[in-house]
Amino acid sequence: MAAVPGDISVTPPSGAMAARLAHRRSRILREKAIELLLFLAAMVSVFTTIGIVYVLVKESVVFFQHVPLLDFLTDTQWTPLFDDAHFGIVVLLSGTLTSSLVALAIAIPLGTLIAIYLSEFAPFSVREVAKPFLELLGGVPTIIYGYFALLFVTPILQWFYPELPGFNLLSAGIVMGIMIVPYVASISEDAMRAVPMSLREGSYAMGATRFQTAVNVVVPAAFSGIASAYILGISRAVGETMILAVAAGMQPNLTFNPLEPAATITAFIVQVALGDLPHGSVGYQTIFAAGLTLMLFTLVCNVAGHVLRKRFRESY
Amino acid sequence: MSSESASVKVTDLRALIRRHKRWDTIFMLVGLVALMIGVLTFAALFVDMAIDGLPRLSYDFFTNFPSRRPGQAGILSAWVGSTLVMIATAFFAVPLGVASGIYLEEYAAKNWFTDVIEINITNLAGVPSIVYGLLALGLFVYQFGLGQSILTAGLTLALLILPVVIVATREAIRSIPQGIREGAYALGATQWQVCRDHIVPYSMPGILTGVIIGMARAIGETAPIITIGALTFIAFLPPAPVTAEPPFISFEWLFSPFTVMPIQMFNWTSRPEAAFHQNAAAAGFVLVLMTLAMNGLAIWLRYRLRKRIKW
Repeated sequence: MAAVPGDISVTPPSGAMAARLAHRRSRILREKAIELLLFLAAMVSVFTTIGIVYVLVKESVVFFQHVPLLDFLTDTQWTPLFDDAHFGIVVLLSGTLTSSLVALAIAIPLGTLIAIYLSEFAPFSVREVAKPFLELLGGVPTIIYGYFALLFVTPILQWFYPELPGFNLLSAGIVMGIMIVPYVASISEDAMRAVPMSLREGSYAMGATRFQTAVNVVVPAAFSGIASAYILGISRAVGETMILAVAAGMQPNLTFNPLEPAATITAFIVQVALGDLPHGSVGYQTIFAAGLTLMLFTLVCNVAGHVLRKRFRESY
Repeated sequence: MSSESASVKVTDLRALIRRHKRWDTIFMLVGLVALMIGVLTFAALFVDMAIDGLPRLSYDFFTNFPSRRPGQAGILSAWVGSTLVMIATAFFAVPLGVASGIYLEEYAAKNWFTDVIEINITNLAGVPSIVYGLLALGLFVYQFGLGQSILTAGLTLALLILPVVIVATREAIRSIPQGIREGAYALGATQWQVCRDHIVPYSMPGILTGVIIGMARAIGETAPIITIGALTFIAFLPPAPVTAEPPFISFEWLFSPFTVMPIQMFNWTSRPEAAFHQNAAAAGFVLVLMTLAMNGLAIWLRYRLRKRIKW
């Protein structure tokens, strides 16, 4: 072990040293292999998106070779399975829009009120019980809500308004709104909780009540978060399927009257899937064109919500 | 003169304060009422379903196949189908989700590509479930030729709940203090050894919570399974996974037609006869109990976790 200072020559390793180096090499190799495996797992979600876009676009392209885009957007009839086929997506969009509006008319006020109450008013114990409860409410399968809309809410509504048909957008929309309340409330509440305490304390120091603080300080400060909650609520309402398939009827109907039955984009897809459509027929492709419309709409909503939420995160 | 105006101001002020406090109280009551509407709706839903369904709940209901006679119809094929689909879903979703979470938290470089994966996962969480059904119909059923089988349903639901599992895994991993990793690295552990021996075990309760919530969502999903074309009337069971002769384990059940609880319930709900609605209520009651139990377990796990772990 007479190391000469400054001697940097490398002697080839031998014996135990070589074994250790070999072990080290195999270890590095194994580490790389594992990293690759984990990376591939993470890529599955990217492939899922690519798969969704591929399937929807591929079938829609064939569909639009049969049906001009202009007809798709402007026709006012939706009878894809009849001999005299019409493909006016407006008909399905009207049902989707009407039921979503009813749902939002319920979910936005209720959700916001609950969020403000839980974040600014509720004592600790109430919040500790209410938050998990709301979460449970959000976990109930939508088919259960569909049953509830058809066989519980509709009879109650008919009691007030006897002419109401058994299938209608109103009861489906109301129940859908109640389904969305937990989402809106939970995301809005998170946004309000993220508002720094000092803003509230400043407001209280000026003699404001809790109500004044909530309305004038907390809600404006958390507005982008609350708005993103609304947008996510919209996207949920538009994509909701089973409640509408069960309670709103599946008849295409160009209407903005919630008291009528009408089909939505999602209900139409279910209706076609329940029947026996041969693979490759125009009817089969129709559901992909409808799905593409739905996907584009919710994508715009989700991106807008994401952008809003990101902005609100950065502000504090 | 001046004292008079001052006293007027004080009474004004008192009125103002009283008015503001009144609004405060009113708003608190309104908030409480809003909360109660949510709670009462849930109670109404549960009670309504229990009243309609409980008379139908018996041993026979769980051991009978669906039937044209509502009094004899049961949910045997539905709950067996649901169980098998859940097994297939967990088999794909748990390893994929946990691996993705570990990659994104522990391995991924901070670059645009990682951003793409992250934004992509956020977006997938917002895609309506029926779109997953269309993906499965176009890709799994026809392109890959898997047919309308338990395997297709399991894959579809696994993709559907993947974002839930990934997000839960990442949150659990993120809460592990950096010191734990540094300690392990200081002792010469490789990155994978750190993950295997420290990161995964410590984040296990959080991951479990996410998996349970995801599974609770999957078990109630109806739309994607209807879209892939699952049959609504199934009066047989998939082949048993365990056979009498070697190799004793059979995977034939993966390719069998099936039905699940929510589809059975949808089928009974959409019939006009009230007797079938009772069956739907009974099936719904079982389904709600299952999802409530799973979600409740997840919430309880998280609550205990928050209380017990102190780094």
